[in-house]
Amino acid sequence: MGERVLMKGNEALAEAAIQAGCRYFFGYPITPQNEIPEYMSRRLPEVGGVYLQSESEVATINMLFGAAGAGVRVMTSSSSPGISLMSEGISYIAGAELPCVIMNVMRAGPGLGGILPGQADYLQATRGGGHGDYRLLVLTPGTLQEAIDLVMKAFDLADLYRNPVMVLVDGFMGQMMEAVEFKAPEKLELPDKKEWAVGYRKERGGRTIVKTLSLEPDPLEEHNRRLQEKYRRIEKNEVRHESYMMDDDVELVMVAYGTTSRIVRSSLKALRAEGIKAGMIRPITAWPFPYEPFKKLPPSAKSVLAVEMSCGQMVEDVKLGVAERFPVHFYGRCGGNAPSVEEVVQAAKEILGR
Amino acid sequence: MKEVLIAERPKSMYKVSTHYCPGCTHGIAHRLIAEVVDELGIQDRAVGVAPVGCSVLIYNYIDLDWYEAAHGRAPAVATACKRARPDLTVFTYQGDGDLASIGMAEIVHAANRGERISVIFINNAIYGMTGGQMAPTTLLSQRTSTTPYGRDPKASGYPIRVAEMLSTLAAPGYIARVSVVKPKYIIKAKEAIKKAFLTQIEDKGFSLVEILSTCPTNWGVSPVAATNWVEEQMIPVFPLKEFKVPE
Ligand SMILES: Cc1ncc(C[n+]2csc(CCOP(=O)(O)OP(=O)(O)O)c2C)c(N)n1
Repeated sequence: MGERVLMKGNEALAEAAIQAGCRYFFGYPITPQNEIPEYMSRRLPEVGGVYLQSESEVATINMLFGAAGAGVRVMTSSSSPGISLMSEGISYIAGAELPCVIMNVMRAGPGLGGILPGQADYLQATRGGGHGDYRLLVLTPGTLQEAIDLVMKAFDLADLYRNPVMVLVDGFMGQMMEAVEFKAPEKLELPDKKEWAVGYRKERGGRTIVKTLSLEPDPLEEHNRRLQEKYRRIEKNEVRHESYMMDDDVELVMVAYGTTSRIVRSSLKALRAEGIKAGMIRPITAWPFPYEPFKKLPPSAKSVLAVEMSCGQMVEDVKLGVAERFPVHFYGRCGGNAPSVEEVVQAAKEILGR
Repeated sequence: MKEVLIAERPKSMYKVSTHYCPGCTHGIAHRLIAEVVDELGIQDRAVGVAPVGCSVLIYNYIDLDWYEAAHGRAPAVATACKRARPDLTVFTYQGDGDLASIGMAEIVHAANRGERISVIFINNAIYGMTGGQMAPTTLLSQRTSTTPYGRDPKASGYPIRVAEMLSTLAAPGYIARVSVVKPKYIIKAKEAIKKAFLTQIEDKGFSLVEILSTCPTNWGVSPVAATNWVEEQMIPVFPLKEFKVPE
């Protein structure tokens, strides 16, 4: 610890989970995240944990239900099609209020799509995917260092709110290498799982049922009301973003997360070199989404541009934040392609009429 | 005269009446599990996984820690619970739609990994909860709400013999098929359930007890006729037997 090492994204995500105290991993192979389960299959036995290659993502997510319900730190990782298969189970986990971490190393869709990176699961991650009124905390790191820090945070957030947390990265982040440092996470006061997890009947002095069924409408409505109160609390306390080059005189505000935020960062510098004043709002949490900074855009701002590796998903949140006070534009590439710096610069100039 | 207590409610069973239809044998299977839990003295460390089906509310009748799994996924839930807490005795309770249709992958792979879990599998040859549709275990020519002309193997295949199929695997320790429609069967059924739990407790592998059961409501017959139907129609197709026992 405390020493910088060069690591591949997927392995950094996996090691961060181990250092966060995750001792149970269930998963099914899918590109481009295979280094995560492979790393876990090596590392978990070393630290007295359990690695299990499940028969499918459907089984995987229900294994998370079982392990989380027993009160242990558990995670899985997958990529887009696998996350779709997990969606039913994610709804059950959210409904039963079980803590766990789910990593989605996104690839290009729809369908089998391709194994190259994409960002087209944003709506699935932030708007459901599964059925019913539930929310996942969705963390969208922009660097591998931030990914490590957020994975460690993810386990605490999951325990704190008894809610599944998704770490949403794209295939570039999973496959790239960067220098990183593992810092011991700050210790949080977390609720005692023995109060609700199975297997502590004696300690608790009574039984527990980890369940989601509620045949009567009123108790189910009440359960939903409680969940919504929790989600409002998360929105209040856990929303994160970075403002980059958002000077008082910016004309164009770009919005991007993950890999595209790195491309936008380079584009902003290129634009600045040409005297064009642009900045970036980078969501670090996709849910809850940082709507606030969009309410406080400087008067100099003329337009907003969302950049994604999708056909336009996060831009829907940007529009909600901007609330029609500025024109919102979108530039995206998909299919496994990423926007280039030149393309983003060009799009920015067109919007500003330069 | 001195009073002698010859039968009482198992300690781990709540004093409530069940929601089951007259003549349904889910209640008997529940009671046998509770008796075994009591006899093994494991109420504090047994964890059940309820299915989706008529018996989803089993936790209202047996006083243990429970999970309620998604349809068919109880073996995956039980697998992870047991991996996380090997000191617990973990079992699933599943119907034939739950286990042998939507959950076939989970049961086969849990069995094949030799998970130290026990499975109580209720084969009533029909989907009870959703109103009597065909199950994978429905007999040939049997009429259900989705085989109104009788199950035709050309269109819907044959009844799946789960106990036989899982017995081809190397990892399971104990696999048996029993019934609960008459006292002579009930005695053997309880023995089988106990053996299944002991197989787990003694770390001898995966265990499963298939219980031939009734569903008079959806079969459209009286409770007595349902009992006879199990003996006359089901047992010839699903023979009662221990298929695997720990060495
Ligand atoms: C994913 C999903 N699909 C379908 C259902 C509807 N459903 C509820 S119970 C059931 C069948 C249960 O039949 P079985 O397992 O034979 O148990 P029984 O009711 O006969 O005891 C079905 C299909 C569901 N709850 N979830």
